[in-house]
Amino acid sequence: MRPNRPVYLDNHATTPVDPRVLAAMRPWWEENFANPHSVEHVMGRAAEEVVEAARAELAALVGAEAREIVLTSGATEANNLAIKGAARFAASHGSERRRIVTVATEHKCVLESVRDLAIEGFEPVVLPVGPDGLLDLDALRAAVDEHTLLVSVMAVNNEIGVIQDLPAIGVITRQAGALFHTDAAQGCGRIPLDVEEIQADLLSISGHKIYGPKGIGALYLRRRPRVRIAPLFSGGGQERGVRSGTLPAPLAVGLGEAARLAAIEGPLDAGRIREQRDRFLAALRAEVPEVRLNGHPERRVPGNINLTFPGGVDAQAIMAAAPEICVSTGSACSSAEIEPSYVLRAIGLPEAEARATLRIGIGRFTSPADVDLAAARLAAAWRHALSEARKAAE
Amino acid sequence: MTGVTATSPLMLDANATEPLRPQARAAVLAALDLGGNPSSVHAAGRTARRMLEACREQVAARFGAKPQEVVFTSGGTEANALAVRGLGRGRRVLVGATEHAAVRAAAPGAETLPVLSDGTADLEALAALLAVGAPALVCLMAANNETGVLHPLDAVLALCRRHGALLHVDAVQAAGRLPLDLAAMGADSLALSGHKLGGPPGAGALLLRSGLELPALIAGGGQERGRRGGTEPLPAIAGFAVAAEAADPAASVRLGRLRDRIEAGVRALAPEVTIAGSAAPRLPNTACIILPGVPAETQVIALDLAGIRVSAGAACSSGKVARSHVLEAMGFAEHAGCGIRVSLPWNATDDAPERFLAAWAAMRNRISGRPSGSPRDPDGCPSRRAA
Repeated sequence: MRPNRPVYLDNHATTPVDPRVLAAMRPWWEENFANPHSVEHVMGRAAEEVVEAARAELAALVGAEAREIVLTSGATEANNLAIKGAARFAASHGSERRRIVTVATEHKCVLESVRDLAIEGFEPVVLPVGPDGLLDLDALRAAVDEHTLLVSVMAVNNEIGVIQDLPAIGVITRQAGALFHTDAAQGCGRIPLDVEEIQADLLSISGHKIYGPKGIGALYLRRRPRVRIAPLFSGGGQERGVRSGTLPAPLAVGLGEAARLAAIEGPLDAGRIREQRDRFLAALRAEVPEVRLNGHPERRVPGNINLTFPGGVDAQAIMAAAPEICVSTGSACSSAEIEPSYVLRAIGLPEAEARATLRIGIGRFTSPADVDLAAARLAAAWRHALSEARKAAE
Repeated sequence: MTGVTATSPLMLDANATEPLRPQARAAVLAALDLGGNPSSVHAAGRTARRMLEACREQVAARFGAKPQEVVFTSGGTEANALAVRGLGRGRRVLVGATEHAAVRAAAPGAETLPVLSDGTADLEALAALLAVGAPALVCLMAANNETGVLHPLDAVLALCRRHGALLHVDAVQAAGRLPLDLAAMGADSLALSGHKLGGPPGAGALLLRSGLELPALIAGGGQERGRRGGTEPLPAIAGFAVAAEAADPAASVRLGRLRDRIEAGVRALAPEVTIAGSAAPRLPNTACIILPGVPAETQVIALDLAGIRVSAGAACSSGKVARSHVLEAMGFAEHAGCGIRVSLPWNATDDAPERFLAAWAAMRNRISGRPSGSPRDPDGCPSRRAA
């Protein structure tokens, strides 16, 4: 690590592009720029082939078939497409089911998609989570019935890192005859995910959360039994008519390579990341013993550390006092907002504690030196913020 | 092997995708090295945000818009859908008969605005459609992707304004090839695609006139002032912005000369040929060559074997054997499936016409089994509908 370079510990917001991903993408920017839909000529066909290979890698990562993978511009689009697409298709094909069940700690794009559907006459049900961040399965059972069209529960929370019990949710959903969507933007590549094991009908994937490029993601769309969705927008009829628009071949190649690497190295990453996490927490707790980890202590991805600092300090003040450490107070899209995280409020944190909370995301490229420096700087920043707050209070 | 296939393939399919400009490639790679999520508040995020806003200003300045009028999207299809769905709410939607599928599909209940036999919008029909009924959204492209024909947007806009209609312009093919200025045009929205002007695929934009609002097609996160959710793909956007800057409409003059040589050449070789839309103002890089009686697929495959990459109509529908809706709308009834699109990329070399014509002549003589005849009136085509 170069001494002046910031320490990047915000791998939930976005991950750096793996150099191998970059290497895989380069020829598709430098040599063959053809449109993969121009299948009449040889360069277009070569681009199409490489996009299909990428699709196969992605499918393998989640236990799907290549033709069940719809490439999108990212997980936000995939979530919109899954939720709105499934609801609109069902409603326009005579289904009486109107209820869409989701969870209070979902990503904003899921909650907003569900809210958009409320305007269209669907019935949203937003379930709470326990203090550990997990969905109460009995609450889910009570909410899911023959009126339920879709259940959308994320695999891994983007702020507190907890892993929902997807196989159990899949069973409950299927028993009710509803569709099961999971936003796996934070889960894919970090935990083993198999669409058969969790019985998912729809699963969203993001490129830039798995060391791939921004601008590409995917939606898994089950074929057996066939799940049908309405497109968000149409046109050239690409992606079997579900998602029109020229496929960005280099980005698709990058996503495929990122998926290939995640399948091979995900478990290795997890072990190494867990070591860095423990090292970071030990170092930080040595200096700030009362720091508290939010979310279930075991059912979580190793890279996530969501920490409430003691002493009534503002997390923004800690960040300001440690500018070379890139961490966040919550999800990136709401980073600029003054409001405390709705995820933290949903697990029952009082507003003052939510404001004293930092999200730290350790990734594939985080070194022991990174976490040592981060723990030392954040501890010092906390002490600084604490003394400033006390001065202000006097 | 012939001389043609021994050299590198000749890409004449720029309307499907332009080759990536070197400046854009450098910008993509630099942005990839940068990392960071533009929505994050820490140092890495702020750096990404600054770059994103610089790109926004660059795109805005290049196309006569204000930065806040730029909504970055995943590309032209999404930009068109966002505008047509959003601005078309509560309005009648009138869609030109030769519009791209992205626009036509975004307004399934739209009324069709006919075109004249030269491919330009039928202004009398537009005036008649606008004179009755509720306020409309008119969707007309700046330049057609198959023929390159330009609509008379000044006259269209005047009609729209007179009748309280909004105008959405799909400028995907025109951007970078012709001067394009949202403020000067006076249109309400303009769709742009990065990879059609020499940027990377995966980014585009909707320019939306200040004061107009529309609901997001892709919700969540609040990016792009709530008009488009999702983490902005900074590398693709950076490449788009730099390519937009690098694309110089003045360079189209050179492409126009090459295109004219191609058209003069095929007409000299085969009197039966028609160039679709040649009577109208067109993009300088595009020639739609109709060889009556020979399916476009056959022509494209034969040329491909000779190392010449062209297409039969739009790339998105390339895989399907279908008659061109563009040529049908222009009245080429039985020959609507016989047109190939030759579209010169920004980096076309000066020998492109000769290489193309050599392959085209061989293809034509072999397929149609006719010797070359003498040129005749190039605009004469028996199947053309009266204007």
